[in-house]
Amino acid sequence: MSPSAYVVLAAILFTLGSVGVLVRRNAIVMFMSVEMMLNACNLAFVAFARMNGNLDGQVVAFFVMVVAAAEVVVGLAIIVTIFRTRRSASVDEPNLLKY
Amino acid sequence: MEVTTAAGGAFAYLWLLIGFPLAGAAILLFGGKRTNRWGHYVGTLAVVASAVYAVILLLALMGRSAEDRTAVQHIADWVFINKFSASIALQLDQLSMVFVLLITIVGSLIHVYSIGYMKDDPDRRRFFGFLNLFVAAMLLLVLADNYLLLYAGWEGVGLASFLLIGFWQYKNSAAAAAKKAFVMNRIGDIGMSLGIMLIFVTFGSVTFSTVFDQADQANDTTMTWIGLLLLLAACGKSAQFPLQAWLLDAMEGPTPVSALIHAATMVTAGVYLIVRSGPIFDQTIAASTVVVIIGTITMFLGAFIGSAKDEIKKALAGSTMSQIGYMILAAGLGPVGYVFAIFHLLTHGVFKANLFLGAGSVMHGMKNRENMRRYGALRAAMIVTWLSFMAATFAIMGIPPFSGFWSKDDIIHAAFEHNIIIGICAVLAAGFTGFYMTRMLVMTFFGKARWEDDQHPHESPPVMTIPLIILGIGSIFTGMALLFWGNIETWLEPVTGFETRELAVPAVVLEAITLVVVLIGAAIAIAMYRRSVAVEAPKGNVLVRAARNSMYDDAINDTIAVRPTYWLSRSLVWADRSVIDGIVGGSAAFVGGLSGRMRRLQSGFVRSYALAMLGGAVLVVVVMLLVRLP
Amino acid sequence: MEGSEVVVFWVCGTLAVIGAIGLIISRKAVHSALWVALTMINLAVLYIANSAPFLGMVQIIVYTGAVMMLFLFVLMVVGVDSSDSLVETLKGQRWAAIILAFGFGILLVSGVANGLVEANSVGLDAANDADGGNVQGIAHLLFTDYLLAFEATSALLITAALGAMVLAHRERWQRAATQRELSEARTRTGAGVVPLPNPGVYARHNAVDTPALLPDGTPTLLSVPEPVRGRGDARPVDHSGLAEVDDLSSGTAALPPTGRSLADDPRAES
Repeated sequence: MSPSAYVVLAAILFTLGSVGVLVRRNAIVMFMSVEMMLNACNLAFVAFARMNGNLDGQVVAFFVMVVAAAEVVVGLAIIVTIFRTRRSASVDEPNLLKY
Repeated sequence: MEVTTAAGGAFAYLWLLIGFPLAGAAILLFGGKRTNRWGHYVGTLAVVASAVYAVILLLALMGRSAEDRTAVQHIADWVFINKFSASIALQLDQLSMVFVLLITIVGSLIHVYSIGYMKDDPDRRRFFGFLNLFVAAMLLLVLADNYLLLYAGWEGVGLASFLLIGFWQYKNSAAAAAKKAFVMNRIGDIGMSLGIMLIFVTFGSVTFSTVFDQADQANDTTMTWIGLLLLLAACGKSAQFPLQAWLLDAMEGPTPVSALIHAATMVTAGVYLIVRSGPIFDQTIAASTVVVIIGTITMFLGAFIGSAKDEIKKALAGSTMSQIGYMILAAGLGPVGYVFAIFHLLTHGVFKANLFLGAGSVMHGMKNRENMRRYGALRAAMIVTWLSFMAATFAIMGIPPFSGFWSKDDIIHAAFEHNIIIGICAVLAAGFTGFYMTRMLVMTFFGKARWEDDQHPHESPPVMTIPLIILGIGSIFTGMALLFWGNIETWLEPVTGFETRELAVPAVVLEAITLVVVLIGAAIAIAMYRRSVAVEAPKGNVLVRAARNSMYDDAINDTIAVRPTYWLSRSLVWADRSVIDGIVGGSAAFVGGLSGRMRRLQSGFVRSYALAMLGGAVLVVVVMLLVRLP
Repeated sequence: MEGSEVVVFWVCGTLAVIGAIGLIISRKAVHSALWVALTMINLAVLYIANSAPFLGMVQIIVYTGAVMMLFLFVLMVVGVDSSDSLVETLKGQRWAAIILAFGFGILLVSGVANGLVEANSVGLDAANDADGGNVQGIAHLLFTDYLLAFEATSALLITAALGAMVLAHRERWQRAATQRELSEARTRTGAGVVPLPNPGVYARHNAVDTPALLPDGTPTLLSVPEPVRGRGDARPVDHSGLAEVDDLSSGTAALPPTGRSLADDPRAES
């Protein structure tokens, strides 16, 4: 099984994730899309690790998971805080930081 | 011209001449209010002291032989930069001596007169301080032994003139007149400073003796330029055409100021400069000719204005311009005329001071009103003033044996020797003099009383009339004294040179013709003003109106200088605003406008930013593929 | 192995892509979360297929188990607004996003295909066996070569935990109102003095999502719990029931089972 198949799959998932970030307004769904993109990257890392025959790729994927976990915790806390004040989870609502 | 005598004997304290009035000025101006009560006596005493010392110096000078009458006193080193050197050194020679006498003696009389004239002015102390300052600066001007120090005195008298014209600075007209005099003098001063620079560049020195010794070695063009620049300076200071406009306005100052500064001394500084620089003008026919022409023009201009003005002081100011025109004319004639220019300057200094002080006395008795059309029949009320005024009038008209006759006649004589047209002009101007002086005399002292109802004319106090009497006597005898007793021609000859030429017409005939012309002028004036004078000035013909408006000099100045300057400034401001600021402001506005549009991209929508990031990522991938793929 | 891996890849890969598409097109956030969970489980399988059993397990436990559940908890908190209109509000955003993403995907895929089409896997068997297994191999790397990064992640996690607590914490500025105070406030304002209507009152159903009917027959959403109302899950009113209520109140119909007339009903008067 060629690693290119996995990498192509990762690319497709990444693209879909980015579409999700761009078209969905709900902050939580956007967040899920980001997670999707991170996972796509992880898949590529794992595939490359296997292709090159060393475990460094897997270690990097592991770190990505750790960082993603931390990011989710903080990000969701922010979303909850915003929701509390604005009663909305739409990312189009907090747009005061502009011209 | 070799400096033959170091300062010694009576000359050892030459600086005291300047020192007395300078100390007086310092005491009065820095002394504050506590000098209010006695300050004017200090000021007068300082000038009188100078006058006494001047007389002592005169006697000492006369005790020497004719070649030995130049005393130089070096006081301090002043400017020494590489080759350029100028020291504070005083030079007393025959020319300076007569000026010193004129300044100190006439100055003393005017100081005494001012004690009475300024009696009720709350600022009398300041007035005397300024007067002393003026005397000091004027003495420095005539005693300087180099051009740079002369320039210092030159500016000093300009400053004093400015301060004194604007002495009643709460009057707008006085403040404006002071500014006008100052600005117009600056134009002349440009000529002065450029002239001094050119002298230094040409001769490597600014000391009189050094410069004059080398004067015949420089080329004609340079000398012409120096001459013209010095003439410009003289025009500014002596109110000669085309810088004459300030003198009439300068009459806003107190009358003693008009007498001392704007009649007897400061305005003759230009004549002094030209005569002093005689060796330079001797080298250049062109510059001398211009001097003569300027003198002639001013002579008529002043006479013309003096004939039409109704304010007594302005009429006198016109007369001053005219008489200085005579002097400048004479000075332009070269060695033929220098002596007579100075001679006329001295007699004029006396009788014009007399006239101004007389006018001041009249105004003093007439509640400071100047309009001659509201005078008339004052001879009964002011006998002393009337008599002294009349003596001075005869002097200025050149009636023998009054002093003006001797000096003016000599100038006319010299003018005829030089050029017959100039001579005829001089005679005609003498006729004008006869007209306007007689007009003044008749309008003021004769005819019917045309006073306003509240007028009670009275004679001035003795402190004012005594100087008038002395000056009146001076008006009669100065000419004869200088000519027969003082031998002014031989006295000045070592400094200025002197030569005579024979005329086709005998001098007596010329004198007779001049006298006839003067009398005709006087007769016309009597005929016009003896019977009746309109209280309101009649409209008059074009010439009268022009003369009444000082030949429209303000309008001309406005057109020639002021408006183009305004226009230039405005266009420069416009250029600054639109072009310079336009570029600066334009680029700022461009960036601002661009930013204003660019900031619309900052919509605040996170997803728009994310879209831009994705676009950037696509670009990066494209670039990477393009670089790597081949 | 080769053949079975192809099957696994196609099955799990397809499911993962379906999950991703589901994430994008689901209206409700909860559905999106479930679609993501699907994708992640399938990715875990693919990790295992790529000789990464440790990562596969972590993926399931940490991602699918912890992170996605965290998402669901937050969705519960924010649940009232969790329904998302799919109408795009930013002009051109959707089309630009799709076109750009499409181009991006094409570029990535073509680049990958161009670069990796002949690439062959070395395989991880040797590397996994070197330390006696995949977990041991990763542990070896983590505690040797990547020790510094590993320690740094610990600091990161603590910071994140603290940050989450600080952000989510809400200080109570005043004492909580007691029941008595609340009721006094209600009485004072005159709003909602009586208790809210129960679901299903005067209605044919007494289910939680069925709105109660007011005496004049109009349904009131006040009777439906707020989360249900917020999700838009309130049930429409049964119109036959409404008609019957109308009949009853106008007196044209009687209540058959009891036989009592309306006149006997003391409430009909009022």
